Amino acid sequence: MRFTVDGGAIDADPGPGQCLRTVLRDAGRFAVKKGCDAGDCGACAVLLDGRPVHSCIVPAHRAEGREVTTVAGLGDDAGGLADVQQRFVDAGAFQCGFCTAGMVVTASTDEVAAADDEDLPRLFKGSLCRCTGYRSIRDAVHGVRRTVPRDGAAGVGRSVQPPAAERIVTGAEPYTLDLVTTGLAHLAVLGSPHPHARIRRIDTAAARAMPGVLAVLTAADAPAVLFSTGRHQSRLEDPDDTLVLDPVLRFAGQRVAAVVAETLAEAQAAAAAIEVDYEVLPAVFDPEAARSPGAPLLHGEKDAAASRIAEPGRNVAALKHGEMGDVDAALAAADVVVSGTWRTGRVAHAALETHATRGWLDADGRLVLRTSSQVPYLVRDEICRIFGLGEDRVRVITARVGGGFGGKQELLTEDLVTLAVLATGRPVQLEFTREDEFTVAPMRHPKRVSVALGATADGVLTAMDLDVLADTGAYGNHAPGVLFHGSHESVSVYRVPNRRVRAESVYTNNPPSGAFRGYGLGQVMFAVESAMDELARRLGIDPYELRRRNVIVPGDPVVVTDPDEVNDLQYGGYGLDQALDLAEDAMLEPGDPAPADGGPWRIGEGMAASMIATMPPRGHFSDVRLTLEAGGALVLEVGTAEFGNGTTTVHAQLVAEVLGVPMGAIRIRQSDTDAARYDTGAFGSAGTVVAGAAVHRAALALRDAVLAAAGPGAHLVGGAVSVDGAVRPLAAFAPLTAPGSANGTPRGLAFNVHAFRVAVSPVTGEVRILKSVQAVDAGRVLNPEQLRGQVEGGTAQAIGSALYEEVRTSGGQVLSRVLRNYHLPQMADVPETEVLFTDTADPNGPFGAKSMSEAPYNPVAPALANAIRDAVGVRPHELPMTRDRLWRLQQPVE
Amino acid sequence: MDLPNLTGVRLARDRSDLALAAGEAPLAGGTWLYSEPQTHLTGLVDLTTLGWPDWTERVDGGLSIGATCAVVDLVRIPDSDRPAVRLFRQGAESLLQSFKVWNTATIGGNIVTALAAGALIGVTAALDAELVIWTADGGERRQRVEAFVLGQRATSLARGEVLRSIEIGPAPLAARTAFRRIALSPLGRAGTVVAGRRDAGGTTVLSITGGTARPEVLRFPEPPGPEHLLAAIDSIRSWFTDAHGAADWRAAMTRTLAESVREELAA
Repeated sequence: MRFTVDGGAIDADPGPGQCLRTVLRDAGRFAVKKGCDAGDCGACAVLLDGRPVHSCIVPAHRAEGREVTTVAGLGDDAGGLADVQQRFVDAGAFQCGFCTAGMVVTASTDEVAAADDEDLPRLFKGSLCRCTGYRSIRDAVHGVRRTVPRDGAAGVGRSVQPPAAERIVTGAEPYTLDLVTTGLAHLAVLGSPHPHARIRRIDTAAARAMPGVLAVLTAADAPAVLFSTGRHQSRLEDPDDTLVLDPVLRFAGQRVAAVVAETLAEAQAAAAAIEVDYEVLPAVFDPEAARSPGAPLLHGEKDAAASRIAEPGRNVAALKHGEMGDVDAALAAADVVVSGTWRTGRVAHAALETHATRGWLDADGRLVLRTSSQVPYLVRDEICRIFGLGEDRVRVITARVGGGFGGKQELLTEDLVTLAVLATGRPVQLEFTREDEFTVAPMRHPKRVSVALGATADGVLTAMDLDVLADTGAYGNHAPGVLFHGSHESVSVYRVPNRRVRAESVYTNNPPSGAFRGYGLGQVMFAVESAMDELARRLGIDPYELRRRNVIVPGDPVVVTDPDEVNDLQYGGYGLDQALDLAEDAMLEPGDPAPADGGPWRIGEGMAASMIATMPPRGHFSDVRLTLEAGGALVLEVGTAEFGNGTTTVHAQLVAEVLGVPMGAIRIRQSDTDAARYDTGAFGSAGTVVAGAAVHRAALALRDAVLAAAGPGAHLVGGAVSVDGAVRPLAAFAPLTAPGSANGTPRGLAFNVHAFRVAVSPVTGEVRILKSVQAVDAGRVLNPEQLRGQVEGGTAQAIGSALYEEVRTSGGQVLSRVLRNYHLPQMADVPETEVLFTDTADPNGPFGAKSMSEAPYNPVAPALANAIRDAVGVRPHELPMTRDRLWRLQQPVE
Repeated sequence: MDLPNLTGVRLARDRSDLALAAGEAPLAGGTWLYSEPQTHLTGLVDLTTLGWPDWTERVDGGLSIGATCAVVDLVRIPDSDRPAVRLFRQGAESLLQSFKVWNTATIGGNIVTALAAGALIGVTAALDAELVIWTADGGERRQRVEAFVLGQRATSLARGEVLRSIEIGPAPLAARTAFRRIALSPLGRAGTVVAGRRDAGGTTVLSITGGTARPEVLRFPEPPGPEHLLAAIDSIRSWFTDAHGAADWRAAMTRTLAESVREELAA
């Protein structure tokens, strides 16, 4: 069949049942993205004879003789940006950029051009963005400029456009699978139908005989090396409880076997032909039941010490019990005690780019893995360990990552691809489907959190009692980290003499939980900040004032339940006081009026505060290199991955600032284990404060080397070197290389305060957000628009967790398996949030910056819950606070 | 998504092409078929190549809408002399699908897929639409929408039958209409949808979809009073719970929205 794409003719022979998106990508048109593969997200949007369609649900055969326009075809023939593309650049209307191609195509339509602001939510309801919170996309549609080009002054403090901006708005930025690999084979996985079973017998003969099949891999083919999919700087942080292929299946969907075949369809067909005899085992899905006597054990056969599982005989993956002072006595003596139990749902990261790895052997026979990961170096190290390979035999590359949110701090696809490449010698790809993202990829830990607070009549906290139960699912990846972190800054932010934490993360036969933005804090803060709000009500004290009376201030120890806790947390530019003031003052302005329609409405306000350490504990390392090449180009090699957090922009700004050069002079090679020596990874919000600090040091070292070479009295002027009145270009000092390192210690503290005014309908349970404010203590702001985008995006993701999103399960089977049954916030759902910055500087961060990627998520759910409580008079205790739940909450008690 | 187990897609040119081989199914827009694995299928027969007109005005002033009429063309049917066609746009906007998907999805596909949230089922039911179904023996049969949809993903369509058109008489097209819907989010997948019409003679029809396992149609020879309407809603037994709302909430929301529809039609 012949059709036209972006003005050029294409001959294609689509297979029966192929969709248009596949044909376009097979033709190398990688501007067309695969997001949901089901028509829901819009990442694959193209124009078909000028009309917009979602190409993943358009049968390919219908393109015959027709004209397809992708985002790459919108610009002029000279390669210039279309006006709509330029508007996305100017508004800074993307973060990871994976949705952007479809977003721009949608924005290019006549329907959007003719629409007013009120109609945009309808037109963009099929265009999902997980990163931005949509304000910047609206700005792009309206032509609002928020950023400055890279060719001007590009140093810190300016909203400079990302280096990838033009590539992203034209679809030219290559993501993980956006490349042609000759001879590529594909992996398909047979998943367990049972939440708990043992493989008695497996017969792969029929599958092996099927067309195109290169290998069928079972537990017998895989290394017997226990590991964890969760990755940290220290591999000892996560329990070793996982095998590449395990004869025991602990959740529905877990790998039973895998097929490598010439095509994905052949691999899938062969996987379905594998015959398995399962011994179905008793299963447990409730974490309280799972830790009770008599429950089926998930990892009971494992050595607790060797696997680092807290109590395998009780299904407890991790625990933390501690007390400081005497909590029972303090609660008994308190003037006021409030208590309650709060629950949070299972939340999916729903990054628009699914997990995927393409692996091959290079000319030297070395394994190369190109993967959608936040942690390429940690993946390399663990792959080497599992497969007994030397570090020099594995290279891991991460292209721009299409969203992470913690979900790619895991090793989920790389191990199987390694096994397949080593078994076949062929290039092999494993790409998660959207369903895999809901059923196999780890999600946010559901938690049950009980809190009791005791206080004096004048609002001074005397006791805090915290009981946390987390469902880690079938495996313990991130179980300890999420548990420990979850009850750290949520507790240590308050100055309370008597405190107790009893926290356990428990194995169940549910799908595994893992790292999620906020890393456990959000769930616990939902409970603690709700309890603080209740305390303020009981005492008749303003909630801002109650925080002021109890939050830690410089000089206070930052501890949980051990008064002698030794840590490296420092008050680097304390801004919680300012953040409380900024949010409280902003709420004096009314925001949107109460809705005029669909009344009656109940109006309320609420707030919550949160604290987070600016870096992960126990070390986070980055070793970068900045090279001044002949000709004057600056090449920065940095290991951290870019997944929309904007660190690449900030790194370039740091170099530009120190050396006085335009950003165009800087080339960045990133997230490739062959480039920079090392980086722990893009998690724990470390991209600016760790990798950025290393970049800053490298830039300073290079500057010093240039000035030293230039002689006494030399100084930089406008990107050149001035010595005794003579100006020499930087290039005159090439070649020069300077390293820079950072080790992630000492760590600072960042603060966020969110406040909402809401209207809640007692008739329907609907919540309308009339005003949303977040005050952010991010230290010195290096790129204000990017930071604003992080805060807006974190707020939007948290509104999703708070009001809409829940991965529903029944008997260990996931019920929400497609995006249309799992409601991601769309443009209609996200109000504009006023983002306010404190005026602080953290001496440990580059130019005084603090991290601010995870933190904005954390205070949102409790602030919203507190506002809803204020409006309706009854406190919500469960996330998500869906309309049906809030409607029920307001029904008269019979 | 790709449907890798298919071995062929036939483009229908005339009715004889609609004789289905084992494992074959008819393909309209394809926006649902291509959105989920179809492991039970081996082939598709594309109906859109039959060249059915999107819609024609019948001699009696009614509408005959081709089953392959894309949603985008459905919402553009002129509403002069037939004000009730505005229900099509309201129904289309109630669908979770984007306006972009309107260019591919069809009215027939929406009805035959028989999802509870198939809003075009609700609006055609409120208009007493009759479906013309081509039978495998070369004949045809007619059936009301609410009788055709038997439950979630279940219809009366027998193997080899194809939905040919949606027929709406002149009286319902001239009726006054009202439409309400609610979801768990402002533009989310429907929790419940109430579409109503009142003919010149007073006949009043309300369809309830989205939260019921099958379309529920309430008919009143005269405009009902609030109690009468509530009693009719209370007789509905097919509320269900899923990711888009709990059954008790859906029932309660329907009472509220239906009363609002009743008031608008009574005004």
